[in-house]
Amino acid sequence: MFNFSTLDVSHPVYLTMALVLMFLVLAHVISYCLVKLNKIKSPEELLLRIKSWWWIIGLLFLSILSGLIASIILVAFISFLALKEYLSIVPTRQSDRRVIFWAYLTIPIQYYLVSINWYGLFIIFVPVYVFLVLSVRMVLTGKNSGFIHSVGVLHWGVMLTVYSVSHVAYLLVLPIGELKATGFGLMLFLIMMTQLNDVCQYLFGKLLGRRKIIPAVSPNKTWAGFLGGVISITILSGLIGPFLTPMDIPFSVMAGFVIAVTGFFGDVTISSVKRDLQIKDSGQLLPGHGGILDRIDSLMFTAPLFFHFVRYFYA
Amino acid sequence: MLKMNRLIQLLFFALVVKPLVLIVLGLNIRGKKLLPMNGPSVIVANHNSHLDTMVLMSLFPLFKMHKVRPVAAADYFLKNRLMAWFSLKIIGIIPLERSGKANKNTLFNECHQALDNGEILVLFPEGSRGEPDKMSPLKKGVYHLIKDRNDVSVTPVVMNGLGFALPKGEGLLVPVNVDVIIGTAIDKASNAESFVNQLTNEFRHLKELCITKQN
Repeated sequence: MFNFSTLDVSHPVYLTMALVLMFLVLAHVISYCLVKLNKIKSPEELLLRIKSWWWIIGLLFLSILSGLIASIILVAFISFLALKEYLSIVPTRQSDRRVIFWAYLTIPIQYYLVSINWYGLFIIFVPVYVFLVLSVRMVLTGKNSGFIHSVGVLHWGVMLTVYSVSHVAYLLVLPIGELKATGFGLMLFLIMMTQLNDVCQYLFGKLLGRRKIIPAVSPNKTWAGFLGGVISITILSGLIGPFLTPMDIPFSVMAGFVIAVTGFFGDVTISSVKRDLQIKDSGQLLPGHGGILDRIDSLMFTAPLFFHFVRYFYA
Repeated sequence: MLKMNRLIQLLFFALVVKPLVLIVLGLNIRGKKLLPMNGPSVIVANHNSHLDTMVLMSLFPLFKMHKVRPVAAADYFLKNRLMAWFSLKIIGIIPLERSGKANKNTLFNECHQALDNGEILVLFPEGSRGEPDKMSPLKKGVYHLIKDRNDVSVTPVVMNGLGFALPKGEGLLVPVNVDVIIGTAIDKASNAESFVNQLTNEFRHLKELCITKQN
């Protein structure tokens, strides 16, 4: 394992982090000015949103600077918060308390597998072993009424919040040549593009959006927003990818396209969950954003797909 | 000795309760501004778990913790010496006789004294934790406590999820997010029945605002 202190400050990961911080300062100043000029409908929410971004990016960067283990622990903690939030909003049976406790235990195991770089088990642990073990554990509670529903709801949640999210952490240990800190570059690239895609889709939708893309699930999503996001993220990836990751320009462009399209589907999937439950936000963890699921909805789809894209072509 | 207990209370809430409520649980709070920050006042909440008291107290800043006084069953919390010490000195409960045999005139003496001291009482009018996340019929005690006082407000709070996290009779805590919905203070009522009806309606209304699953 490499040590960050040996890296030059001009390493692309450092430079990108500095760039992100500058961008955030700029966003902060601009929103502050817009609020002062009374150009915003709900100024409090915008400022809360920016403040939450500081927390998210601060924690992420701090863990990156602290090294591999700290970063894996941070991603594991995000899985925990997401699974907890999911299990708090979906209907569960009181009799499944212990089964749900077992579901939480998959988090340390899955991330331990990441930390020891045991790919073979990492990739089948949740879809095979957890899938079977949680089903059996639920059978043992002896409650038949609602069984199919409960076992499905639980495993789907673990797949999304633990299995999918853990691919973000696995990028860090993916063996790619002799390059230093490529894992952090890949992780930063994935998270940045996914989140910027959300922002771009929102902005293009607000500015140009007319035709709704999937009105039954998400009345605010438009074709213009979707296409604007896809085009801008594809271009941006082509610019940043070769600098931050081992990918060349054509592959970076493809990766950006994959992230933008699948990010959209992650977003609307969680929207569907919330529509079903008739709630607006999944929680209050991130003021201005909602819950953690509201923030990582796209990431839960982009992470495994980007991971396999990189692994197939580069590892 | 008094200072020592205060210190243990402070450490217990700073190092155990607040991190537990923040990380293992996680709160969706609504109406935080409606919570009375100064006494004399009364908070009434639904009751499904021992964690109810911890969550309610964690809403207050550490330096006000000793001003928040949960009113709790004497028969349960004073069962043995260790539990009595912990309940009385660390949590700061006001023990209440619930056998029904106690003298009605002296039953609330300690509660009135606390209110006179500008403290915030926490009461659970269901009287017991009951079934997980189900509301039991409310008791009239709160009305009798406040009927002759003009200086206290009664603020309703509904929590949802704690009956799943740690229900009655379970030792294993299962992490979930918890809704804490704080309502506006209840109006003065002329008799116990209308007070209880008002409170029941308010609890039902607040329960609808929860975003965590409802049984």
